[in-house]
Amino acid sequence: MNQHDVIVVGAGPAGMAAAATAAGAGLRVALLDEQPRAGGQIYRDVDRVADRRGAILGADFTEGRRLTAGIRRDGIDHVDGAVVWAIEDGFRVSFTRDGCAAQATAPKLILATGALERPMPVPGWTLPGVMMAGAGQILLKQSGMLARRAVIVGSGPLLYLIAAQMVRAGTPPLALVETQTRGDLVRAGRHLAGALRGAGYLAKGLKMLGEIVRARVPRHAGATDIAIVGDDRAKAVTFRSGGRSRSIDCDTVFLHHGVVPNTQAARSIGVAHRWDADQHCFVPIVDAWGATDVDGVFIAGDSAGIGGAEVAEIAGRIAALKAAADLGRLAQADRDRQAAPLRRQRDRQSAVRPFLDAAYPPYAAALSPADTTCICRCEEVTAGDIRTAAGLGCIGPNQAKAFGRAGMGPCQGRYCGLTVTAILAEANGRTPDETGYFRIRPPLKPVTLGELAAMDDGDRDAAE
Amino acid sequence: MPSDYAIIGGGVVGLSVAWGLLNRGFTVTVLDGGDGSYRASRGNFGLVWVQSKGMNQPRYARWSQRSAAAWADFAAELRDATGRHVGLQQTGGYDLHFAEDTLERKVADYEALKAKLDGDYPYEVLGPNALKREEPHIGPKVVGAILHHQDGHANPLRLLAALADAVRGRGGSVLTGKAVTGVAANGGFRVECADGTTVGAGKVVLSAGLGAIALGPRLGFKAPIRPQRGQVLITEKLPRLINRPSLVARQVDEGGVQIGATNEEVGFDDRTTQPGLSRLAAQAVNAYPALAKAQLVRSWGALRVLSPDGLPIYQESPSLPGAYLVTCHSGVTLAAAHARFLPDWLEGTPAAPDLEVFSEDRFAVS
Amino acid sequence: MKTASPFLELDTAAPQGTVWFDGAPLDLPLGANLAAALLAAGVAVFRHTPATGAPRGPFCMMGACFDCLVEIDGVARQACMLEVADGLRITRPRGGGGQR
Repeated sequence: MNQHDVIVVGAGPAGMAAAATAAGAGLRVALLDEQPRAGGQIYRDVDRVADRRGAILGADFTEGRRLTAGIRRDGIDHVDGAVVWAIEDGFRVSFTRDGCAAQATAPKLILATGALERPMPVPGWTLPGVMMAGAGQILLKQSGMLARRAVIVGSGPLLYLIAAQMVRAGTPPLALVETQTRGDLVRAGRHLAGALRGAGYLAKGLKMLGEIVRARVPRHAGATDIAIVGDDRAKAVTFRSGGRSRSIDCDTVFLHHGVVPNTQAARSIGVAHRWDADQHCFVPIVDAWGATDVDGVFIAGDSAGIGGAEVAEIAGRIAALKAAADLGRLAQADRDRQAAPLRRQRDRQSAVRPFLDAAYPPYAAALSPADTTCICRCEEVTAGDIRTAAGLGCIGPNQAKAFGRAGMGPCQGRYCGLTVTAILAEANGRTPDETGYFRIRPPLKPVTLGELAAMDDGDRDAAE
Repeated sequence: MPSDYAIIGGGVVGLSVAWGLLNRGFTVTVLDGGDGSYRASRGNFGLVWVQSKGMNQPRYARWSQRSAAAWADFAAELRDATGRHVGLQQTGGYDLHFAEDTLERKVADYEALKAKLDGDYPYEVLGPNALKREEPHIGPKVVGAILHHQDGHANPLRLLAALADAVRGRGGSVLTGKAVTGVAANGGFRVECADGTTVGAGKVVLSAGLGAIALGPRLGFKAPIRPQRGQVLITEKLPRLINRPSLVARQVDEGGVQIGATNEEVGFDDRTTQPGLSRLAAQAVNAYPALAKAQLVRSWGALRVLSPDGLPIYQESPSLPGAYLVTCHSGVTLAAAHARFLPDWLEGTPAAPDLEVFSEDRFAVS
Repeated sequence: MKTASPFLELDTAAPQGTVWFDGAPLDLPLGANLAAALLAAGVAVFRHTPATGAPRGPFCMMGACFDCLVEIDGVARQACMLEVADGLRITRPRGGGGQR
């Protein structure tokens, strides 16, 4: 591809907003996104789907059409289906599209790689029929599919969103198995005053809860000892709640206990990260513009720390303003004038987060799983294997990876990395920051050797 | 309480030596680095390799052969001690050739070396048809191969974990996350770490890989070693595609095909590069065309620990007798020798191997 | 040949094409997400893991987890990142195991 001014990775709310703002400032933008159509996960396939299912999905979803419209303009090369697998200095971004490898280059890079659901390793979570709740959302949004006999397990606002949408579509979940306790809600109370600045968000949450209650969906609170049972697919969820052991037969289990930044791309180029104790995850260290310690690299949206779609969109615009100014395409005064209202808006939209983080903490038993629980889905490594590695002197995840293969599979540790860090930190009596994280290297996503070989220019100096 | 030995460096080299010493009844403390240290032990190719070693120094070829011959017992001993298998397969290995002239030159070199080794250099040349019988997936661009019967491979990560387990199991003390800052002689030795830890020992072995560049001179060694980057690729797990290993590719015991490796003088930069990955991929696909459809799942750059002539260094410190430098590029191949024969050299027993050619005397003061 | 599906489908009007899954024909909506369409058609187990042979199906639906891997034209690919095309031939991955 031709030289661009900025490469934006990810076409969710942050990436789309960043691309539109950058193009508005006259920058040539390459917007690389691995999905066939723009929207990210929150607005997945919104252009095809909004008219069909807008009533079920709600205005918060159909709103995404405003952003997809914004990237259909001059100055933006939206490369859909582009799976990025390497980012190198320069910046040179290698990606695969339609089975062929290609590259884009630009002096500025805005990573808008979004969030992943926090891994929730409980016994049986690898069985077919068990999915993350976000997967359930995606099935509904993009494909109009609803699980007929589903149990939703975990904690957090997304649990209520998907349950409410299922109710609206006429297939309510069999039950909500919730892991948060009344104590969590009480502790969250001290953040309530701040959260009221984002009262619209809370009101939406209460409305969803109302829909769920009216549909008489059973809710089990403070659940512990959660497991999914079945031989070759999920057959039931078992747990303890209210002092009793319970079992609910089902075909589908949706797990969820929060979302975490997708940091793979940022880590692969050496961006510094820190542990965020409130959100129980690593976040990249960024300044108020989204700039990282790697010169020319910005991170916007949930990949810089979970804030939700509205905050992501604003962060994308702010990062693009800074990138444009740094390239001399926007006067500093204009940059600051345009950024000021966005910052105020972002603060308002972020106000609800501390309350949500405290009210819906991760499920404790999935942060420190039992020894026999599989934590690395790709290589089938158990929590006990990681504790054994700790006993053999593994103070960090990279030695543990070498000793036991956790994180070596195609997902590159996306669904075990935080668990491995947590188990090692606990076993070694060290903090998550001291323990560290997997060193992420290319390929960020697998690429065939044939594609790689086709890029070889025959330069014998590179090897042997 | 001081140990008989302090070993600086908890990679394959240091742990192999530690294991050997523990088996002789010595007490050992190993000081290991952090999770992010440069670790050739985590990035190497995993060959237990004889051919092409010591083309200009038959003693190195002999030393490699001796280690390769001891490897099966070494692996069995680790298995017995820990229950861990290190995936050793010693059924020969290939040097693949894509042109007749390189093959002919290599054979001439091997014949010369074979003569110096009194004929103990069991290899044969396989033409395309013979090679195809051995390796059904070999591609038409490969014109032939040298099959050396003393070659093989192991799973280097399982080896590292087995050694870490075995050393602890036999009573070795292993301190992790340590950055050694210096060694003081006080009758014995006191090894000092950045975090204030000190370890007393009668003798010290410096086997810290590239860490010896900074530490070596403080202990009286020249330690003229440098990093050399090797990029390595590994695919998704595949059905059996490759029977015997080569320098181009080998199929590891878990099923992935590992592909190597670049030789790059880029200092302490252990990143991968797209041109490097592409070059290696092209070479592997040339050798095994079916690999074109295989997914690359991981790649890494690792830094070789190289002396100027590529040979190991075994040296007692002239200024601090009782301190030894043990460093090499082929820590996996030589692991068995380090565990079984090096303790005799460290202790100066009559059975000590003659390692004179590997001393630092060969590096002239310039 | 749809088997009992654990999913209710809201869109039923889409034009269908035929894909082959492990040799068996399936009529799926053209242009639909492949993993979703297979789930709706009653396919629960997409593959077995190379390490232990455990059954797996779609888990994240967003290209992150690699549990929905299928093989198309000899290449292992994430079904959730593909769309249904007429005549697509899908097999369960050859799932290595390599040497042993």
